[in-house]
Amino acid sequence: MLLYILKRLVAVTPVAFGVSLVCFLLVHLAPGDPLSAILPADATQATIDEMRAAYGFDKPLPVQYAIWLWHVLHGDLGVSIATGRPVLGEVSRAVVNSLILASVATLIGFTFGTLFGFVAGYHRNSILDRVASAISVFGVSVPHYWLGMVMVIVFSANLGWLPPTGAGPDGSGNWRPDLEHLRFIILPAVTMSVIPMGIIARTVRALVADILAQDFVEALRAKGLDEVGVFKHVVRNAAPTALAIMGLQLGYLLGGSILIETVFAWPGTGFLLNAAIFQRDLPLLQGSILVLAMFFVALNLLVDVMQTALDPRIERA
Amino acid sequence: MPFRSMKNFTARAAFAGALALSAQAPSAAMAQGTLRIGMTASDIPLTTGQADNGGEGMRFMGYTVYDGLINWDLSSATKPSDLVPGLAESWAVDAADKTKWTFKLRPGVTFHDGSDFTADAVVWNLDKLLKNDSPQYDPRQSAQGRTRIPAVASYRVVDPLTVEIVTKAPDATLPYQIAWVMMSSPAQWEKLGRSWDAFAKTPSGTGPWKLTLFAPRERAEMVPFKAYWDKARVPKLDKLVLVPLPEANARVAALRSGQVDWIEAPAPDAVASLKGAGFTIVTNTYPHNWTWHLSRVEGSPWNDVRVRKAANLAIDREGLKELLGGLAVPATGFFPPGHQWFGHPTFKVTYDPAAAKKLLAEAGYGPNKPLKTKIAISASGSGQMQPLPMNEFVQQNLAEVGIQVDYEVVEWNTLINIWRAGAKADISRGVTGINYSYFIQDPFTGFIRHLQSNFAPPNGTNWGYYSDPAMDKLFDQVRNTFDKAEQTAVLEKVHEKFVDDALFIMITHDVNPRAMSPKVKGFVQAQNWFQDFSNITIATAGR
Repeated sequence: MLLYILKRLVAVTPVAFGVSLVCFLLVHLAPGDPLSAILPADATQATIDEMRAAYGFDKPLPVQYAIWLWHVLHGDLGVSIATGRPVLGEVSRAVVNSLILASVATLIGFTFGTLFGFVAGYHRNSILDRVASAISVFGVSVPHYWLGMVMVIVFSANLGWLPPTGAGPDGSGNWRPDLEHLRFIILPAVTMSVIPMGIIARTVRALVADILAQDFVEALRAKGLDEVGVFKHVVRNAAPTALAIMGLQLGYLLGGSILIETVFAWPGTGFLLNAAIFQRDLPLLQGSILVLAMFFVALNLLVDVMQTALDPRIERA
Repeated sequence: MPFRSMKNFTARAAFAGALALSAQAPSAAMAQGTLRIGMTASDIPLTTGQADNGGEGMRFMGYTVYDGLINWDLSSATKPSDLVPGLAESWAVDAADKTKWTFKLRPGVTFHDGSDFTADAVVWNLDKLLKNDSPQYDPRQSAQGRTRIPAVASYRVVDPLTVEIVTKAPDATLPYQIAWVMMSSPAQWEKLGRSWDAFAKTPSGTGPWKLTLFAPRERAEMVPFKAYWDKARVPKLDKLVLVPLPEANARVAALRSGQVDWIEAPAPDAVASLKGAGFTIVTNTYPHNWTWHLSRVEGSPWNDVRVRKAANLAIDREGLKELLGGLAVPATGFFPPGHQWFGHPTFKVTYDPAAAKKLLAEAGYGPNKPLKTKIAISASGSGQMQPLPMNEFVQQNLAEVGIQVDYEVVEWNTLINIWRAGAKADISRGVTGINYSYFIQDPFTGFIRHLQSNFAPPNGTNWGYYSDPAMDKLFDQVRNTFDKAEQTAVLEKVHEKFVDDALFIMITHDVNPRAMSPKVKGFVQAQNWFQDFSNITIATAGR
């Protein structure tokens, strides 16, 4: 197992390098001038040139990449052009906020997704199946930013039950899991959870239905195993695939959502990316993307390891 | 679906939803005496002195925490806003040497940290922007401020309450330039280990508000500075809270749910539902212009004054105002009607398609020979109002008189780059005009930067390469007329020439709309990009 993890870690290195190259090139090839965000529109050419040199944008692209990578390898993601604050600090704060949001959305999405999936899988073609399937199709299909807006109109603007924006009464700086802060998280978390809920419900339903139709289940029942025992076998057989899907969904959730975090002004990575994109804040943009991409890589690694632990055949393959 | 389309779709969906569900707004408990404002900026503007984020940054983080030697008079909604003494009680140019200015400072002024404001602090702050090798030189503030004071050549302390500033050449517009420079506390900067990063968290100015909380991208809180030198402007509120809410629908939701009391720039399609729910929409004219800046390079059809006048007469500005839900002032000149520099132009900027067709015919255009040209516009952008529907409207108006316009639609930052590069540059792609919204609050931003011949790129932003010795002469007069009333008379002449020569296509002015809870009392929206929050109170009853 340890050897397997080491092998996977070695395999991750070129992926991480490739990710850093792609995210650097992507943000540099996009149109727009990063200095437009910080300079007055009628700044003189001398001022523009001075700032360009100060931020190193006057150097050839490969040199800029090499310098950036060197700093990244030393834990320095640079300084945001728009705010002058270190990117690492900006991204860290945003990641923590996105993690808080993602955790609650994960709890909601995974719990209800799994529940609906099992109910629908166990009761195929029944009214329960249809209701659970309808909810999961709704979850997958509805544009979540639109759902967010509708929920804001209903629960904030009209009913006044929940706050529509922000991460707490005085920002996210002193976030704690008390009622006052949790009120702020309900709307974005529910909105964020509908897609993973739908995807997980559909996947689990198909898995459960497939497993229940297999001969070994009949054999277990014929041998006199009770339904709880059969259920345990179903769970164990469905787990590796469901886990892989959940890992991907967790990655998406942790990456934040530009749309949801913008709609709810939630100060996470999506909100940060949106600001960075509109301000052409290249250091912030490439730093954020790199950190998020590394999240995906790490999560994939974690899921691979967990799958292998659950089903040792994967390691042999 | 591309992101921008999704945003449009989102806006439409939310609007539809808001219409359907706009029955009543909640009554939410509010802190008494606290005003919470939803800004359009995506971050708290730079807090160290020279704010970023354009006009909005200076409005909320410039003239609140800081003062200039010269401030803007923000006390009236009905008269044009002009310069007033700030940290300088008076200023005057030397009678013998018109490059030498003396600023007499206000005695007894202190910074928020308790240190005294003196002539040394003024020089220290100018060094912060202009002297690259000074310890307090701050590239971020310099990027904002250096461009604003191009006339300044040198400066020195005369005595503790007197500063001398010398300009590169005689320049009577210096007071407008000096009004941009915000005075940060040298003592606080020293106390915080000479670090602007530390200063950003606990800044100290002389302004009516003290910053007490700075949470990047989320929140800033200010409380009144009780020892403020202008007792009439000591804030009445207990607290002022700034929240960045860049998404227009999120701002509306925050206002409607009672999370904030005031939002900047509500989307025009949300105004009716906000009014219906009892919110107040405050607007006023201010020095903003939404225009087509025309190219005057060789081959441009706009080199013929008849064509320029025809295009100006072809636009139904009242119709455009209706399209914007009433949130616009139709242009009758380059400056808004009633502005102190408006003067008495003879060319009337009205809607007269028949006269437009006649002028085009005289210029050699007609049904068999329509004028075809290309204009650069952006799909969105700061101050650009609603560029796509507005330009479609203008395009239709012009087509009706025989001017066929194609648009080169570019992203906002690209449009800024086109504007900087000039009409002759490759990046301008052969367009003969550029749709741009202008901050036109002083002689330089209002006229000189667009029209002085030696400010053609790369020396400046005379995008269209306009060159007229008569206009250059007028600008020389503006710079050399040190009497305020006489200078105003010259600026009137500049504006009259601008309108009579129909230099740009003058279309409309924004009205700086903001929506607020009816319990916000005492706000006077000055005819200015900046505003005063000192006299605002929050009523305890109501929404």
